[in-house]
Amino acid sequence: MKHNLPSLDRRRVAADILRQRGNALVVAGLGAPVWDTAAAGDHALNFYTWGGMGGAAMIGLGLALAQPARRVLVITGDGELLMGLGSLATIAVQRPRNLAVIVMDNERYGETGMQDTHTRFGVDLAGIAKAAGFRAAGTVYSAAELKSWIPRFHRHAGPLFCDIKVTTQAAPMVLPMREGPVLKNRFREALLGPSEASVPNS
Amino acid sequence: MPDSGHARLITLVRADRRLRAIPLTTEEEGVALAVGAWLGGERSVLLMQSSGAGNCINMLGMANECRVPLLALVTMRGQWGEFNPWQVPMSRATAPSLAAIGMVVQAVDRAGEVGESVAAAARLAFSTSRMIAVLISQRVVGAKEFK
Repeated sequence: MKHNLPSLDRRRVAADILRQRGNALVVAGLGAPVWDTAAAGDHALNFYTWGGMGGAAMIGLGLALAQPARRVLVITGDGELLMGLGSLATIAVQRPRNLAVIVMDNERYGETGMQDTHTRFGVDLAGIAKAAGFRAAGTVYSAAELKSWIPRFHRHAGPLFCDIKVTTQAAPMVLPMREGPVLKNRFREALLGPSEASVPNS
Repeated sequence: MPDSGHARLITLVRADRRLRAIPLTTEEEGVALAVGAWLGGERSVLLMQSSGAGNCINMLGMANECRVPLLALVTMRGQWGEFNPWQVPMSRATAPSLAAIGMVVQAVDRAGEVGESVAAAARLAFSTSRMIAVLISQRVVGAKEFK
């Protein structure tokens, strides 16, 4: 299998993508993508997952269907996505035009001792997404390729899938808040208004 | 997730323009979907059979920690007049495992009580931001016939 060495820095990738977020809703997948997303700047419309491994893309689908006028970006890792591969098929069936699934693929389980994931052996996540029926899917190795993808994340019709090959270079830990009810209520208040923040009255 | 016990409900949902049926490849997708939908201001109901309950446990931990209201309608297999022995272990583990991860588990054994039980469970889930599983007995759904 053709296999290039990852060269992109994950923190720069996350910062470059999120600099142009506008009013996008962002779901960060368990592990380093949470630290990457937080390092790019904390935001009330970031939902950081500290558990539920394998669920980030489906959280993104739920958000995208509930908020069709807003852009939804899922930023997750290769290990996290591999745990929920079926969700690519489920997303493809719904065809949300406003959803982009972005994988920070370092080909490792970074939080558990840097064991190789399946992508290290050539498993092609973008190929799987494309075959499932994503409108566009690709693998990014270079800054130039990333630059061409970023406007698509924010504007092109989805569902979009982009596997971004990043290095295993460790970045300083940036840990965002982690209490679930606080994250949920902060997100809902920012998106839906204060009256919807916690328990609605209906 | 489809089950013969949910077949008519799924057909009704598909026919209702106010609702959206979202088929899943595995039950835990539905838990994460419900979390996202709730973040976006929408309610959802997760349909599954009892054999799928075990697939959801870790993802339900997320909904529990985040106090996301979740209503699951679980049709039971491996219970009342079951023919397939492989259905029995997960059937027996369904209520205890869902309770262990933090769901309120409410069983319904009579067809006439299903409607009011689901309505009450929905109110409990969405009014108190909790996870409720309504287990619909195989006695209501009927044992699957192999012939």
